[in-house]
Amino acid sequence: MSFEWPWQHSFPPFFTLQPNVDTRQKQLAAWCSLALTYCRHHKLYTLDVMEAQESPMFNNKKIERKLSMEAIQVVFEELRKKGNLEWLDKNKSRCLVMWRRPEEWGKLIYQWVSKNGMVNTVFTLYELSNGDDTEGEEFHGLEDWMLLRSLQALQAEGKAEIITMDDGKGVKFF
Amino acid sequence: MDRFSWSNGLLEINETLVIQQRGVRLYDGDDKAKLDVGVALLSTHRLIWRDVKNHECCIAMPLSQIIFFEEQAAGIGKSAKIVIHLYPVPANKEPGPYQHSKYPYIKLSFKEHGQIEFYRRLTEEMTQKRWESTSLSQPIPTGTSPQVGRKTHAVGIIGIERKIEQKRKETDKNISEAFEDLSKLMVKAKEMVELSRSIANKIKDKQGDITEDETIRFKSYLLSMGIADPVTRETHGSGTHYHLQLAKQLGDMLQAPLELLSPEDLVNACKMFESLKLPLRLRVFDSGVMVVQLQSHSEEEMIASALDNVSDKGSLTAEEFAKLLGLSVLLSKERLLLAEKMGHLCRDDSVEGLRFYPNLF
Repeated sequence: MSFEWPWQHSFPPFFTLQPNVDTRQKQLAAWCSLALTYCRHHKLYTLDVMEAQESPMFNNKKIERKLSMEAIQVVFEELRKKGNLEWLDKNKSRCLVMWRRPEEWGKLIYQWVSKNGMVNTVFTLYELSNGDDTEGEEFHGLEDWMLLRSLQALQAEGKAEIITMDDGKGVKFF
Repeated sequence: MDRFSWSNGLLEINETLVIQQRGVRLYDGDDKAKLDVGVALLSTHRLIWRDVKNHECCIAMPLSQIIFFEEQAAGIGKSAKIVIHLYPVPANKEPGPYQHSKYPYIKLSFKEHGQIEFYRRLTEEMTQKRWESTSLSQPIPTGTSPQVGRKTHAVGIIGIERKIEQKRKETDKNISEAFEDLSKLMVKAKEMVELSRSIANKIKDKQGDITEDETIRFKSYLLSMGIADPVTRETHGSGTHYHLQLAKQLGDMLQAPLELLSPEDLVNACKMFESLKLPLRLRVFDSGVMVVQLQSHSEEEMIASALDNVSDKGSLTAEEFAKLLGLSVLLSKERLLLAEKMGHLCRDDSVEGLRFYPNLF
């Protein structure tokens, strides 16, 4: 299924950081939403800022407009504040994009676990993300670092415990 | 050098020492004065010079003697100097080292430097003219004098007489000050000079009627040259009264050229529009740009029309908008910015330029 661009993406002012505060808020909200849906559609979990500037998301060749580096940083900062983005380095050149936050993943995973009556069972991480049983679930194929974060979120809620085993990590759900 | 008088070097009451500099030799015009190197002292009232070796050899000159002064740079084997041009000797001058001089200027030669600071302080004192507000009476001792202090203040009839004299001098000064710069322009501005002379005389002699038109013209001439007009302000009411009259004139004939009107006065006059119930308003934009506009131009109207125009054309630059409305680019841009500020428009800033769109966000 091809990605559906929002109407703002063809609106030239969308690519200029708006000075009017109220207008800017709406603009940034639209950018955040676009960035997350785009990454989700293409299953992107990390972004390189330089590359991102040239990607169709921030660069609409049809109307010859692209978001400036400064504006991209502003958008990313918004995402970070909302908990959807995490910088991997001090220079802010690479980041993790969490189009679903760890808490949200954790919730999905827990729902699946309890729906299948598998509470109190121990799983390895691999089983969860790549096991046959989880095929078809949204969290199937989730990258390790994201999965771990999600389980940590559940752990914080007291719904799971991460266990270190001989050949890796595992988790027990309560 | 014949402007100097012998002095005991004591500072008088109300007189303050501003700066002193050692190693100064005096020149009568271009000739070395028949004095040694000494200390030059600048006070709020006088220029004093004292011989270093012979403290009793001390001379002073009132600062009011100075017309203007300038720096003379140092050269090879020559110290830096300050050249001071002087008014003619007043008739009542006390005797000094020189009875007569063929030069209308003196020089201070700074053999031990210090000319920069001295020049700066002299400039300050000549600008502030502090000697005018405080007349000198009995002397009081400075730190350098071994004499005992004396009780000094003006009392009784003498005091009253002194005050009257001071006031008279001040009035004279104010009038002549108003014409100081004028003297340089006399050659060029014949009409201006004739008018100002006539009015000044009328004011001084309290003769005849000065017409309103004359007054306004006169003030505008002075102000256009940057001269404060203490004489006319005092006799014709405060500055705002003048601005009121000006505003009325502006309201009547906006197009007619008012010669030599200072921007400051124009703005002040424009601020009076509303209180004068004139159909004009002074509007100040965020950027600081000020415009005079008809009262009918309310803010909402401007924004609504800007939005209409932009929506109609899809998007507009300031230049396109200006053409559409027949306004200056500056004004049309201000309108677009205002509409953007109100959230009705948004901007597209690219290499192609700045363009405004309806705010669809």
